Amino acid sequence: MDIDFAPEDQAFRDEVRSFIEENYPKHLAGVDRGELSKEDFLAWHKILAKKGWAAPSWPEEFGGTGWTVTQKYIWNEESATFGTIPPLPFGIAMLGPVIYSFGNQEQKDWVLPGILSGDTWWCQGYSEPGAGSDLAGLKTKAELDGDEYVVNGHKIWTTLAQHADWMFCLVRTSSDGKPQEGISFLLIDMNTPGIEVKPIITIDGGHEVNEVFLTDVRVPAKNLVGEQDKGWTIAKFLLGNERSGIAGVARSKKAIDRLRDIARAELEDGAPLLDSADFARKISELEIDLTALEYTELRTLASESKGRGPGPESSILKIKGTEIQQRITELTMEAVGNYASPWVPQLDRGDNYRSIGPDYAEGVSQGYFNNRKTSIYGGSNEIQRNIIAKMVLGL
Amino acid sequence: MDFSFTEEQTLLRNMVQSFVQDNYDFDSRMKIVRSEEGMSREIWGQFAELGLLAAPFSEEMGGLDGGPIETMVIMEELGRGLVVEPYLPTIVLCGGILSRHASDAQKETHLPGIIGGEDVWALAYAEPQSRFNPADVLTSAKADGDGYVLNGTKAVVAAAPWANKLIVSARISGDQRDSDGLGLFIVEKSASGIATQDYPTVDGNRASEVTLENVAVGADALIGAAGNGLALLEEALDFGIGAVCAEAIGHMKCLNDATVEYCKTRKQFGVPIGSFQVLQHRMVDMFMEYEQSVSMTYMVNMKLTESEAERKKAAAGAKVQIGKSGRFVGQEAVQLHGGMGMTEELNVGHYFKRLTVIDTQFGNVDHHLKRFAAA
Ligand SMILES: Cc1cc2nc3c(=O)[nH]c(=O)nc-3n(C[C@H](O)[C@H](O)[C@H](O)COP(=O)(O)OP(=O)(O)OC[C@H]3O[C@@H](n4cnc5c(N)ncnc54)[C@H](O)[C@@H]3O)c2cc1C
Ligand SMILES: Cc1cc2nc3c(=O)[nH]c(=O)nc-3n(C[C@H](O)[C@H](O)[C@H](O)COP(=O)(O)OP(=O)(O)OC[C@H]3O[C@@H](n4cnc5c(N)ncnc54)[C@H](O)[C@@H]3O)c2cc1C
Repeated sequence: MDIDFAPEDQAFRDEVRSFIEENYPKHLAGVDRGELSKEDFLAWHKILAKKGWAAPSWPEEFGGTGWTVTQKYIWNEESATFGTIPPLPFGIAMLGPVIYSFGNQEQKDWVLPGILSGDTWWCQGYSEPGAGSDLAGLKTKAELDGDEYVVNGHKIWTTLAQHADWMFCLVRTSSDGKPQEGISFLLIDMNTPGIEVKPIITIDGGHEVNEVFLTDVRVPAKNLVGEQDKGWTIAKFLLGNERSGIAGVARSKKAIDRLRDIARAELEDGAPLLDSADFARKISELEIDLTALEYTELRTLASESKGRGPGPESSILKIKGTEIQQRITELTMEAVGNYASPWVPQLDRGDNYRSIGPDYAEGVSQGYFNNRKTSIYGGSNEIQRNIIAKMVLGL
Repeated sequence: MDFSFTEEQTLLRNMVQSFVQDNYDFDSRMKIVRSEEGMSREIWGQFAELGLLAAPFSEEMGGLDGGPIETMVIMEELGRGLVVEPYLPTIVLCGGILSRHASDAQKETHLPGIIGGEDVWALAYAEPQSRFNPADVLTSAKADGDGYVLNGTKAVVAAAPWANKLIVSARISGDQRDSDGLGLFIVEKSASGIATQDYPTVDGNRASEVTLENVAVGADALIGAAGNGLALLEEALDFGIGAVCAEAIGHMKCLNDATVEYCKTRKQFGVPIGSFQVLQHRMVDMFMEYEQSVSMTYMVNMKLTESEAERKKAAAGAKVQIGKSGRFVGQEAVQLHGGMGMTEELNVGHYFKRLTVIDTQFGNVDHHLKRFAAA
């Protein structure tokens, strides 16, 4: 056992740090993911693509970086410390691995380059009104008609579908047998006639999710990934990948640093809030929990590098990671005191808008409200516990 | 010992409840929240007609002689409807200060406009640096002839955009956080030297940053004795705590009912999600948090008129309970509704947001834990 970085790792850290500092778009420095334009979402991704660093998690032959586990870890840490807007997960983290693991050569050739370059924006069409935790209950139907599937159904909670060029979609191609057995994995061009995207506004006032209605949408049969009716395996493979990226340790560290800065600036009876034993204790508790999670993640990564895939243990990363993120946003809101409550939506800000209270208070409540989603999506934290109970504890 | 409500109190509850049901369903509420002004003057006028605005005032002032229990009943029902109209600032906070401490002349001047629904009041006490300490006051009141000149900035003053009158805490003497030397002043919002920056708050209410620059007020603006303002203010804030506790149990009740109902009807894996024991136990915990909150809400509202020491301890304790329970119930109600709980369209998120603000209003859990320990 050894936790020190080798000299070559230090050199790597210096290299990536200076690359980020020199190349990150100036106008996006310090900007949160929040409500970004499509261009801003993609700006950093496109710079990384030119450098060949857009998909460190992929095998080298498909455009990955060939970095060691340690190097990937360093990369994530440096990106988070700087506060970059990471490439969107839908292409790089979700669909890419599906395509190079299950796709045919033609699909690899046309899907992977668009993901890497950032030219194709993908969205995830899994959930439906009646199929959330019970994903296999999905009803969106695809019927083969000549060399096309005709798709009818209703997807919901589709993140950033308003910007998407394509959607990877779970559809029902058969109703025989177990619900898991008639599901297929289909790639759908969002410009196809019959697709309507409707916004859903969330409690933080943001437009992040959508409903997607599909009416007689004709999809070329060659857009089927893997075999017809065998999409469930692919769907679950993708969810496993989604979960392991979700711990967000490095970004939580950065968020705790920010929280500490705020607590240093906020005064309680004339003294920094950070000097309050109560408040300092709560930050310490968070940091300790985060350290435990970091080491749990490192253990998982180490076993992955020895060839063991992300097992059901990755549910721990999802549960603990999101709980910690939620507690950070909660404590940050608490830190700003009375100034947590002002709320001026972006749209209502006139030309001479002045921020209310200290700058750092801006948006902290929205951050707290928005983060409630993290224990719901990506397989809710209840579902993750069910997975551990069944797959790990054998209950 | 008696925890039952009188017949009059039950009638009062029924009246407010049916008014809210008939006139303030969730859609109507959201229309009001999104309107230019953000409150309904019409609803406010109806509150006056129903006598709600007269409830806590004595009969000789034209009121109905209600006490904290009546206010509690009203606030709980307003909480169920997520009513944004400024009952708390106008009636409970400012009205309370006036009825308890104003001179007869001040009462005669100001109470009729409150009871009649013509005036809206806001209590401007917090400052950008003060966090939850009401004694931390930089706003100054300098004696000038018979009256005073006020200078300073007040932070996140709830309902100020709607108000035409303010009660402002200002320092007549002493240092920034001294407990002596404060005064509470009645100030017309239209007075020269007052500027406001108005904005919505996350819970669907409105608030302002209020700056006072050489605002001249007469001797008749000061409530009570000069320098004694903190005692009056702390008492008013404790009455405010009694009221928001009641509002919060209204919210929690609605969230718990909605969540139980949702879990009985929402099906996943072929069964209602309410059949999963983990969710059942979660809802049991929500229910217990609600019941404990009800108990503390009754407790504080029975103790508001006791000795100062008892009142403070009761208010601090109740606020801690409500803060913790409100947070738990709000978060879990969203969680158990899944994606639906995250939507602006459903009322669940709006109860959750109001409970979040209540957790901070008049001081958060940490603040009141310290206050409780010191009391
Ligand atoms: C902000 C956001 C973004 C999203 N983005 C996407 C996206 O891009 N693409 C996509 O396809 N989906 C997306 N989702 C959908 C997300 O995956 C679902 O919300 C999630 O799977 C839960 O489903 P549901 O909302 O239908 O809740 P339900 O499944 O109805 O769950 C309601 C509650 O019941 C609990 N529950 C359900 N089953 C069990 C059980 N067996 N045991 C114990 N408890 C249980 C849940 O944990 C939850 O608390 C997003 C959701 C949100 C909120
Ligand atoms: C100090 C002590 C004094 C006692 N005194 C008396 C006495 O005077 N007279 C007497 O008759 N008995 C007495 N008991 C026995 C006591 O009532 C039992 O221990 C109790 O009913 C639990 O039964 P068990 O020990 O068989 O545990 P089990 O019933 O086997 O329970 C084991 C665990 O499973 C949980 N569990 C069981 N069923 C469910 C379910 N459906 N859902 C969720 N969780 C479940 C339990 O909560 C517990 O955590 C005493 C026990 C103790 C510890």
